[in-house]
Amino acid sequence: MTAHAPHSARRTPSRSAAQPAAAPAPEGPAPQASRRSASSFLRRPETGALMGTVTVFIFFAIFGGAQFLTTGGVASWLNIAAELAIIALPVALLMVAGAFDLSVGSVVAGSSVTLAVVSGTYGMPIIVGILAALAVGAITGFVNGFIVVRTSVHSFIVTLATQFALAGLTLGLARVLTGSTSVSLSPDPFWKSAFGTLINGQFEVAIFWAIGIALVVAWVLQMTKFGNWIFATGGDNLSARAAGIPVAKVKISLFVASGLGAALVGIIQTMLYNGAQTGTGQSFVFNSIVAVVVGGVLLTGGYGSVIGVMLGCLTFAIVNQGIYYTGWNSDWAALILGILLLAAVLMNNTFRKLALSSGAPKTTTRKGH
Amino acid sequence: MSVPLLKLNHVSKSFAGVDALSDVSLEVSPGEVLCLLGDNGAGKSTLIKVLSGVHKPTRGSVEVEGRPVVFDSPKDAGDLGIATVHQYGGTFPLMSVARCFFVGKEPTRGVWPFQYFDKKTAAEITVREMQKLGITRVTDGDRLVGSLSGGERQSLAIARAVYFGAKVLILDEPTSALGVKQATHVLRLIMQARAHGLAVVFVTHNVTHAMAVGDQFAVLIHGRMADDFRKGERTREQITDLMAGGEAMADLEAELAGLTGSGNS
Ligand SMILES: Nc1ncnc2c1ncn2[C@@H]1O[C@H](COP(=O)(O)OP(=O)(O)OP(=O)(O)O)[C@@H](O)[C@H]1O
Ligand SMILES: [Mg+2]
Repeated sequence: MTAHAPHSARRTPSRSAAQPAAAPAPEGPAPQASRRSASSFLRRPETGALMGTVTVFIFFAIFGGAQFLTTGGVASWLNIAAELAIIALPVALLMVAGAFDLSVGSVVAGSSVTLAVVSGTYGMPIIVGILAALAVGAITGFVNGFIVVRTSVHSFIVTLATQFALAGLTLGLARVLTGSTSVSLSPDPFWKSAFGTLINGQFEVAIFWAIGIALVVAWVLQMTKFGNWIFATGGDNLSARAAGIPVAKVKISLFVASGLGAALVGIIQTMLYNGAQTGTGQSFVFNSIVAVVVGGVLLTGGYGSVIGVMLGCLTFAIVNQGIYYTGWNSDWAALILGILLLAAVLMNNTFRKLALSSGAPKTTTRKGH
Repeated sequence: MSVPLLKLNHVSKSFAGVDALSDVSLEVSPGEVLCLLGDNGAGKSTLIKVLSGVHKPTRGSVEVEGRPVVFDSPKDAGDLGIATVHQYGGTFPLMSVARCFFVGKEPTRGVWPFQYFDKKTAAEITVREMQKLGITRVTDGDRLVGSLSGGERQSLAIARAVYFGAKVLILDEPTSALGVKQATHVLRLIMQARAHGLAVVFVTHNVTHAMAVGDQFAVLIHGRMADDFRKGERTREQITDLMAGGEAMADLEAELAGLTGSGNS
């Protein structure tokens, strides 16, 4: 079947050699290998994110004083980063697949209140409350995904709608069922230690949940067939469909994953604070997007990495908490985050352009003209 | 004649009442190149989307190797050996060449839940298959598709189709964005595929490219089959006239001369 191919393979080098104008850079194995190892770092999606994390860490290590680096200081930003990562990791997968999820805030509140109502107000076993809370996340995710793939309405609008609807539903039901906007729950020690304990009095168990989820998500995105489908779906939805990828199933399952991540944070917060508030969790909507985008995920899909997202969460948390250690007014944190977001996106764009030109001596020389 | 690999019987396709294709019939045989010609908006891409399972025909039927088929998705067409490189896209600029080559057909190792995408094998095969098609510059499977030239991207897509055992290779304007050298390279790949016994459907605006590789020609005008002929049955002038919408090129030239003439005086 391939009998003819080697001939054409031989023909190409001689053709380009006969064309002095092309004059490609020498392509010996040694120079190319060294060039590749040097540029392979720069063209990874998380390079910009790593620079961002290192920068803010050094910044607050200097201006935050010794407090910032004590175990208490480290715990304060690791806790923030961990809860954020549990939501941001599946949100990142969804963004790589080309969709947004703005409903995570209400899912945190809805699942949190569900757990407290089911196991607190109605006194059912904690496990029932946990399953009910996860169901709130999964169902919201499924509804989001189903509407997005069935209609041509953008996920931004669909999830914005569910974000509002679920917030209203949570508030309304909480008042009807408990007559209050805050519901208390006293979990037994087993469940408390699984979700809401402070290790050493400082570190949330959420840190381990975040690490575990990061490993699973990294495996899925980088190492599995499904991960390749995620990249393809976000890279070009039509081409992915043409290549036989079940894009609707990919998207729906990622919306469900995103709902489950937010529900887990809802459960963690309920266990941690021994109760739920109807207004909790709303800050995760934009914070997760900031972390994901600072982490090098392309807002329009098709590009990103788990290491980048973890770094994005760390960067966010360091700025968010580091400001308290500087002794400056904490109002400045949002300003720093805003500037950081813009700088990170510009830097990520630069690195992505680099990735799109590296390894192609011909294209590079052409662009140089 | 043997049974055609792919056949369209009186196919029509309308979008919201507007006919993009009306009553088109054609056949594609193994080892032959069918050139699909026509002006912008003539319905070439629509025809190809019907052949590749993206659109279902409004009327008429599709046959593969003599059997009537209904494609519910592009995957159904792909499973029957119909590989398509669409006019826009078909490749993913931000994916590595190896990931792109194996999209939807990823080689895996291990057993679930530890089954993983064998990227090393994928990269080796991709580089090897690209080299078989004369693309020697791509030596690293991790390179992003977006860093390839237009011709290299077309080659990647063609290499993929050939590697996965396509029987019919459908190319929608693969040469239109390319320079002379790269276009020649793609035409050579079409001839290679033909020599391997594939049926090729080649969409182009370029009469020279069509005449260089075509065995069979079909000209669409406003969604209708305006002419259908074999190699050598029409002159270059006749084909050019047809593509200009049936209007004689000579008339057009006269008109242009008149315009410039009046502009000068
Ligand atoms: N999805 C669609 N919905 C509505 N109309 C469509 C759709 N796809 C194509 N058309 C219409 O059908 C007609 C044929 O389009 P098509 O893309 O097949 O042309 P073409 O021959 O490929 O043109 P070109 O040479 O410019 O690529 C056009 O009038 C186009 O606007
Ligand atoms: Mg077209």
